[in-house]
Amino acid sequence: MAEDIKEKLEKYRTAPFDARFPNQNQTRNCWSNYLDYHRCQKALDAKGVDTTPCEWYRRVYKSLCPMSWVQKWDDQREDGTFPGKI
Amino acid sequence: MAQYTQLGLQDAASPLMEELLHFHDHALMIITLISAFVLYIILTMVTAKTTDKYILDSQEVEIIWTVLPAIILVLIALPSLRILYLLDEINDPHLTIKAMGHQWYWSYEYTDYEDLGFDSYMVPTQDLTPGQFRLLEADHRMVIPVESPIRVLVSAEDVLHSWAVPSLGVKMDAVPGRLNQVAFVASRPGVFFGQCSEICGANHSFMPIVVEAVPLEHFENWSSLMLEDA
Repeated sequence: MAEDIKEKLEKYRTAPFDARFPNQNQTRNCWSNYLDYHRCQKALDAKGVDTTPCEWYRRVYKSLCPMSWVQKWDDQREDGTFPGKI
Repeated sequence: MAQYTQLGLQDAASPLMEELLHFHDHALMIITLISAFVLYIILTMVTAKTTDKYILDSQEVEIIWTVLPAIILVLIALPSLRILYLLDEINDPHLTIKAMGHQWYWSYEYTDYEDLGFDSYMVPTQDLTPGQFRLLEADHRMVIPVESPIRVLVSAEDVLHSWAVPSLGVKMDAVPGRLNQVAFVASRPGVFFGQCSEICGANHSFMPIVVEAVPLEHFENWSSLMLEDA
């Protein structure tokens, strides 16, 4: 399992086609992966486990989300005003 | 880019645009022939010296001018639907670029590996060098590798804009708060121009898009250089 994710990360080029978001509007795709990364970090940190699997979500949201959105959301998380549930 | 008095579409730089171009030629030929035929009939009837006042109906010609148009419409619809479905094919992009519209410039972000972002302003007319195109040139071009499927995610930071490059067959609205996906392949190396296609204020006509397709090696060198300069 751990080797699989490492292999996937090494071969990463860009965010692949996601069948959950097959159409033109990719807003939710970016949002979903941003949330999934931070939830994954929080959950695996709490268990004290290696957080490498979370890297996938980070790569995908980095590919998809505009830098200004990521910056805004990071600031909101710091301030405690982030609208998503992590 | 379009040239003075150009009426037709620009030369295609992507496979989808080639299809659209051929379809356009096909449809235009059909409507030209129909118009020429109708014009001929009208002229013939208007200049005829004799008239037959007793023709009330004719089954034969009614059948012909019902069936023939139906067939012509099918001949237009089939390639049209084919292209419609081709546009919706699932892509497997090699690269994702974000194009963000601002008042009044575009910014491009290449964040698959490192965080590369830069602005692209129009070159003012007084700063053009000989051979450059007025109102179309930009200081930084969006460079892409040739023959690679590219995904562009278009959005805006303030008002509505639209990211369009006619020779690639691409136009996508830039909506604040929304991420619109468009995919294409540049089939040949070259420089392709477009202009903002949604009214966005005073300088809407002065925020062009320039895409430069280069071999993969050149793209990699360019992105390393851009990262160093940033």
